[in-house]
Amino acid sequence: MKKNHFLHKHQKTLAPLLSLVLIILITASVTPGFLSIQVVDGHLFGSLVDILHRGTPTALVALGMAVVIGTRGIDLSVGAVIAISGAVTAVLTVNTDWPVWLVIMCALGVGMLCGLWNGILVSVFSIQPIVATLILMVAGRGIAQMITEGQIVTFHSEVLDAIGNGYFLAFPIRVWIAIGMIILTLVVMRKTALGLFIEAVGANVRASRLVGIEARLLVMSAYVFSGLCAALSGIILAADIRGADANNAGLWLELDAILAVVLAGASLAGGRIYLLLTIVGVLIIQTLTTAILTSGLPAQYNLVVKATIILAVLLIQSPKTRQWVSGFFLKKQKAVKGSTTP
Amino acid sequence: MQSLSTRHPLPWLSAFKRKAVVTTFSVLLPVLSASALAADLTVGFSQIGSESGWRTSETESIKAEAERRGYDLKFSDAQQKQENQIKAVRSFIAQGVDGILLAPVVETGWDQVLKEAQRANIPVVLIDRGVAADPSLYLTKVASDFKEEGALAASWLAAQTNGRCNIVELQGSVGSSAAIDRKTGFDSVISNFPNMTIIRSQSGNFTRAGGKEVMESFLKAEGGAKNICALFAHNDDMALGAILAMKEAGIKPSKDIIVVSIDAVPDIFKAMADGEANATIELNPHLGGPAFDAILASQKGESVDKWIKANGPLYLPDTAAAEYAKRK
Repeated sequence: MKKNHFLHKHQKTLAPLLSLVLIILITASVTPGFLSIQVVDGHLFGSLVDILHRGTPTALVALGMAVVIGTRGIDLSVGAVIAISGAVTAVLTVNTDWPVWLVIMCALGVGMLCGLWNGILVSVFSIQPIVATLILMVAGRGIAQMITEGQIVTFHSEVLDAIGNGYFLAFPIRVWIAIGMIILTLVVMRKTALGLFIEAVGANVRASRLVGIEARLLVMSAYVFSGLCAALSGIILAADIRGADANNAGLWLELDAILAVVLAGASLAGGRIYLLLTIVGVLIIQTLTTAILTSGLPAQYNLVVKATIILAVLLIQSPKTRQWVSGFFLKKQKAVKGSTTP
Repeated sequence: MQSLSTRHPLPWLSAFKRKAVVTTFSVLLPVLSASALAADLTVGFSQIGSESGWRTSETESIKAEAERRGYDLKFSDAQQKQENQIKAVRSFIAQGVDGILLAPVVETGWDQVLKEAQRANIPVVLIDRGVAADPSLYLTKVASDFKEEGALAASWLAAQTNGRCNIVELQGSVGSSAAIDRKTGFDSVISNFPNMTIIRSQSGNFTRAGGKEVMESFLKAEGGAKNICALFAHNDDMALGAILAMKEAGIKPSKDIIVVSIDAVPDIFKAMADGEANATIELNPHLGGPAFDAILASQKGESVDKWIKANGPLYLPDTAAAEYAKRK
């Protein structure tokens, strides 16, 4: 029984990892040079590095999304928050002489304010998360457009350029930022009581209230954290193109983030979340995108191919499929056992 | 029918009155020049919204043209909603304007309101986009021909490279008419040159971020700029993103890879002035002039083409600095 449980848990972890490796291998066989990594100007250069580089914004958003989903919530507004924080970064850089760190702090602060707004709607006014965050999803892009006056505001700042495209110890700086955030989140969620409480609230609000957990504050803090992650992602995305594109920055990114969390095996009904596997989920999505772009596939097939592969990955991970597979193997084992023992 | 005529009893009357007044004027005062007559022109303009810099400059250009001619322009911003546009057109009809400019947000669903305008004898001029309705329901469409823009880009590139070029293409959003037609126009010209081929083509969704990401993948897939002679981007924003990708890969845009794109947004002129882009074709936002002229022509009873093509010129780096200063 115990062994079976171990196997079960292992499978859940293995499925996304296996899918990722499979996708990379298949792409490598289709696109020659996909796996090659060279050193150019003292940093790594290649499609695999691109995947990490391009995956950072989604990874950051997915981290925040995972925590929110852990509380049995969802945050649809992250794409809009990305647009807002990018707009704030660009407009402050262009129109003021403020030092870069202050600009970044302002952008992050605005993101946390957006998160707080969501958190208050969800935890104080008990509005369903999907509805509460939908409000900011729609309004937020409008706010960003107001900040940029509908234009793409381009800026120049060495520090922001470095955040968008610089390298440190052979890897993109933004990848280091993401790794830092991942470790921080892991420590908070796994090594402190806060993480336990958040998942407890998501799994069973009433039970956690009965043991004396203050659910409101926890839920609110989850949304603030998601806002912070989205804002950080927004700064990186704006720094990447050296401009704030309020109409398009982070558009539909919330869906990729939710998908990554689900690919990692979390349930939208709250409870247990898997942070590292969420990052694997992000990498699966980004590998697919990069692979499709390098493969030379006609543009109109992009989405269909992506959707088909994602569906395949989800099917591989579905508990039913796992049951069938393990059932199949167990039968085989039994059959083998039966034949060897007389 | 019944309900319509009861709902809008006034436009009929006012249109008739206006016609009578115009006829009296032109009979009694033949000395009155067209411009003096034109000063009386009241035109309604239903704009989609202000979602892009280009649309904002289109709005401003049409407003400025109306002011220059001394017309009374009634402006309505639909905020991307067709129902708002239909309301605006109905209110223009009720006010008995002399003509309506309509930049339709979608192609379908205009038949009814166009019929209402026709019954009130008010000519409707479509601005920068078409509709899927019987052409007899509107006076004309004033818009660029995306195919000609693509063809112009290809012709310029062919002349520039003596018809020998490996091209990478950044397409617009899949399925958009701008992307489809610009590609068709471009392809139709390069098909005449056996040594001009599109080696890679992907959608960058008309955005800077999209253009940058796709260009990065092109450069990886082609192993740098050695095999790429030129980039054709369906809009300037994607070209600007691609230029960033080239610079980060240590490639000199416009020198190692020729960059040609469409739209003529201010930032592409800056890139051209900095020697990072080679050519852009203007998506002409100055549609007010031809639209007002069409309304005047129809008032005089002259026939008007169903599509007045208002294509913009191709700009090169030599005038880029001046153009940037003008447009900033």
